[in-house]
Amino acid sequence: MKNIDSSTHVKGQSLYLDDIPLVAGTLFGAAFISPVAHGHIEQLYLAEAMQQPGVVRIFTHKDITGENQIGGIIPDEPLLAEHEVDFCGMPIAFVVATSDHAARAAVRKIKAAIEPLPVITDPRVAHAQGELIVPPRTFKLGAPELAWEHCEYVVEGSADTNGQEHLYIETQCAYAIPQENGELKIYSSTQSPTASQRTAARVLGVPMHQVEVDVIRLGGGFGGKEDQANAWVALCALAAYHLGKPVKYVLDRLEDMQMTGKRHPYSSDFKIGLDKDLNILAYEVDFYQNAGAAADLSPAIMERTLFHTTSTYFIPNVRATAYSCRTHLPPNTAFRGFGGPQAKFVMESAIAKVAEELGIDACVIQKKNLNKTGDEFPFGQKAVSEAHACWHKAESLYNVETLRQEVQRFNASNTLLKKGLSFMPICFGISFTNTSMNQARALVHVYYDGSVKVSTGAVEMGQGVNTKMLQVAAQVFSINPAKVRMQTTSTNRIANTSPSAASATADLNGKAVQLACLAIVERLKQVAAQELQAPETAIELKNEQVLLHGEETALDWKKLVTAAFLKRVSLSEHAHYATPEVHFDKKTEKGHPFAYHVYGTAITVATVDCVRGTYSVDAVKVVHDFGASMNPTIDRGQIEGGIVQGIGWMTLEELLYDQAGRLRSNTLSTYKIPDIYSVPQEIAIDALDTDTDNLAILRSKAVGEPPFMYGIGTYFALRNAIKAFNPASPLAFDAPLTPEKVLLGLYPPTGTGATNLHETSLSRVATS
Amino acid sequence: MLKFILNNQEVSTTLPTGTVLLDYIRYDQHLKGTKIGCREGDCGACTVLVGELTGAQLRYRSFTSCLTPLGNLQGKHVVTVEGLNQKGLNPIQQAIVDESATQCGFCTPGFVMSLAGFCLSEKEATCQNAVAAVDGNICRCTGYKSIERAAARVAHLLEERNGEEPTTFVAQRQILPDYFAGIKPRLRALAAEARLNGRVPDGVPQFVGGGTDLYVQKHETMRELTAQFLFDQPSLRGITREGNRCVIGGAATVTDLAESTVLREFFPEFRSFLRLVSSTPIRNMATVAGNFVNASPIGDLTIMFLALNAQLVLSDGEMARQMALREFYQGYKQLVKTPQESITAIWFELPDAHTKFNFEKVSKRTHLDIASVNSACHLTVSDGFITAASLSAGGVGPTPRLLPKASTYLVGREISEEIILESVALAQLEIAPISDARGTETYKRLLLSQLIKAHFLTLFPQLNATKLLR
Repeated sequence: MKNIDSSTHVKGQSLYLDDIPLVAGTLFGAAFISPVAHGHIEQLYLAEAMQQPGVVRIFTHKDITGENQIGGIIPDEPLLAEHEVDFCGMPIAFVVATSDHAARAAVRKIKAAIEPLPVITDPRVAHAQGELIVPPRTFKLGAPELAWEHCEYVVEGSADTNGQEHLYIETQCAYAIPQENGELKIYSSTQSPTASQRTAARVLGVPMHQVEVDVIRLGGGFGGKEDQANAWVALCALAAYHLGKPVKYVLDRLEDMQMTGKRHPYSSDFKIGLDKDLNILAYEVDFYQNAGAAADLSPAIMERTLFHTTSTYFIPNVRATAYSCRTHLPPNTAFRGFGGPQAKFVMESAIAKVAEELGIDACVIQKKNLNKTGDEFPFGQKAVSEAHACWHKAESLYNVETLRQEVQRFNASNTLLKKGLSFMPICFGISFTNTSMNQARALVHVYYDGSVKVSTGAVEMGQGVNTKMLQVAAQVFSINPAKVRMQTTSTNRIANTSPSAASATADLNGKAVQLACLAIVERLKQVAAQELQAPETAIELKNEQVLLHGEETALDWKKLVTAAFLKRVSLSEHAHYATPEVHFDKKTEKGHPFAYHVYGTAITVATVDCVRGTYSVDAVKVVHDFGASMNPTIDRGQIEGGIVQGIGWMTLEELLYDQAGRLRSNTLSTYKIPDIYSVPQEIAIDALDTDTDNLAILRSKAVGEPPFMYGIGTYFALRNAIKAFNPASPLAFDAPLTPEKVLLGLYPPTGTGATNLHETSLSRVATS
Repeated sequence: MLKFILNNQEVSTTLPTGTVLLDYIRYDQHLKGTKIGCREGDCGACTVLVGELTGAQLRYRSFTSCLTPLGNLQGKHVVTVEGLNQKGLNPIQQAIVDESATQCGFCTPGFVMSLAGFCLSEKEATCQNAVAAVDGNICRCTGYKSIERAAARVAHLLEERNGEEPTTFVAQRQILPDYFAGIKPRLRALAAEARLNGRVPDGVPQFVGGGTDLYVQKHETMRELTAQFLFDQPSLRGITREGNRCVIGGAATVTDLAESTVLREFFPEFRSFLRLVSSTPIRNMATVAGNFVNASPIGDLTIMFLALNAQLVLSDGEMARQMALREFYQGYKQLVKTPQESITAIWFELPDAHTKFNFEKVSKRTHLDIASVNSACHLTVSDGFITAASLSAGGVGPTPRLLPKASTYLVGREISEEIILESVALAQLEIAPISDARGTETYKRLLLSQLIKAHFLTLFPQLNATKLLR
């Protein structure tokens, strides 16, 4: 089934927040933001801005009637700066004017005297100065300290990954419209309607029932509109509440890129030990997460990094410690993979480093150490593994031996171009690692004409979740999908939602829809049994017909529904689902945090132009563990999109902050995401057929985040190609591998050795 | 009063002519299918089609409406996604739906427009050309493979066109709505009305060409500025051969260069170089003169034409003078030009059989990106000896520049790996790159060396690559 939004999308008729017709009298907001990354606000000059035509009011922290606080996990982030600014782009004041143009013009007239304070951009510097968001956490398995002496090979190193801008094409936005009795209806482009509702209520100092957040759809989210959508909701709510007028704020691209957090950059140290048969015996790693200026979701992301420390491998002795380091970058936040990809890159770097030192192909070590069912993860859960199945199928299906020979032949006969091949196995845990968030609700109405309306807490942002929800309802009722419509995601209909995140949205909300529909079906069957004077067990609803002992009857779906209504039987149901089996004890750092894992293997071949340092990806060939996909076209789209986004993170997307903490790659002309020419020439996707039961909706495993990590394979394929040209290249494990790093890897400047280009890249741009 | 056809309706507006089309479409006409992604022409979410009569021909080109001033639309046909909608889905839209090439949908109308632009162009109906039509559209969700598949379907739609005029063909086949067939006479009628650009504003105007740089740099003030629009002035358009010279109108666009029969005849490779310049919609709007006066140290066209020793004709409306492009730049963004002067034409000597020309550009992303370093190489070679040489480079100093030492050294010498390496070494002495978002100084120095080598490896494949690279 196609994405149910396809037709309106292609006609330009789908509604996004900025397309909602304006309520008469709507005012427009714009934020005045800190021009410096760290400083003390001495004076704020608003008078000139107030005189600008169209300006209605300028809000500062003094106007906040509730709490000046938007921090979710930790209350450490003011909505509007009070005395100190902690990052470049931090909102200080909120101008409200009669037009968008007037609001922005007035913002340009605001001046602030800010006494600068020292700026930290490097997480290791923050760590050294004790600037941590939360205390460090350590996951441990076995006794790594004792294992080293049993290792034949021990290698140490460091690995860095830069951040990543979400670059949803629709920028952040909110639109608050006052209702009667001090209530607000707020349209938001948020992945987390409840978090937005709670934040607005907190800032206003009103109960949550006074605020409705309604989400039609998002023009992309990728994690960037999880907690980071809240500030704009709160600002518009504040202004609308106090002015009694609708207030709208749509960030322009520069504002969005400057003000919002991104994927966390990580800098990590690893030590890995193998026995003579290449079994990994021990692994120790320290992760330094660049959290930015406030917690945001960093502690949860740090936790997921720890959960994915060993990636797809079983290692008996592990110690992994993670530090969430406070710097003066915008608070970094959720982004597809949520800390998992960063851990996997370190693990793969460690394996690649050993392999390079031993002069063998990394895939020999990778394959040897894939986890098996029953193997224990460092956090105590036992694997139910498809790792070997995916790897083996990929090897045979894609004729890896032939591929490898082709690459070797190519490299032997070409001077100007070199190819590299890599394997990237993935294993990604599905569930919110905060167990309490693994719950969802759905509201299903069957109208007495037989049409159905479904509400859930899921937010549609292109991932096709509404299509899947609709499929669940249509399947349980056994009716034509055209009879089912999805509602917008409103906190009035569905309360206390978890964000649409963690790849778990379809599972959680889908199960809730399933439960609600099943309850209605149960009641309908009772009615049918009465109407047909037969036992309930003999009744079946199929293809809009009521079957008795498998035979059609005079009753169809519509007649049955009408009959039920006339018998005063409820045709609506609100259901609640909580994932069973999941639990985690943070004291012991052990438990069973994931409903299941998603596995897969990607084989990547890439080509490097050894004259220019440019590159292309020939192919990414995947065997993916779908369980049993309930919507193969949507799932394929998620995989292709995830791979390309992962490749972007690993190759060309480069966030550059200067030493003063200002983002230099702050537009689409300086921050490049993949275009149609930068994608792999071929993406092959094959499904691993499994029949094992799982906790996914209709056995269709989550597919949002896992494929992102296939992109890591591109880094290693390129690395192998560079090494084919220059085996002595001192290339650091430092992503993204931009054309600059590729060229400097092919032709290392003399005397620099293995420079860590990422560290320099953060600070290299002149402060001007 | 400004008049044009918007979809199937004649419209007129008294908004300031500097207003961008995107705002007019969304907030005055309330056509919300055109989306705002970046307002700097880098995402394509706001792509529209602009049709105009050129002689007897009705020609459509994709524009990013965020950078299009209303002043450049007088008497034209502006098409938004609403103007493509029929009762059901049109075949372009159907192709996208069939291939699941839309996810969040925010970029989708832009893709639809670009593909419609392909259907309205005379480009050959190949998958490659269909994909090239969306080279200015960014999608963050799909990973583009489904879009490639949809583009292939769209190419297939045009297979039976057989030279038929695109507007007629698409209307007949109901690829686009019927009204497209009747646009030509309506535009003719509009053209008979007074033109906007006749009036020269008082004082020193802001010259506006395609707007692709101005609207990025001066987004906030452009609406209110007194603008003199050059884009549609007939005297500034066209690319012609005059004797041994190629003469290019100042308002000729990059697309005009790519489609020029003169350039194609003398520089068969030029078209492929131009594919490295920006994206389809930006090439449709950006003018040659605009690239020169924008004075970016790294303008692609500037680098090409520097090596070709192009000459500029500058005019203040009364007096015209001529100047070599290589003398046009005094310092960072400083031009040898009065505020009243604009570039009316550019000319250069057409090459002969002994001439070789190559352009190299490396950017973070190969397409739709600004170069880290770019370079052009223009050589005259006779019996293996270089008789004239002109190497240019961008991104290695405050202005786009020639490399006189590296170039002069080559003259009179026989092609060999040694002289190339010496030229590379000399080039290093005459550049002063700085570290910025496009690369570190170290990188830019290395990259220029590599690009000079790449020129020679491309032009003289018999060279020993290993000797040159190690």
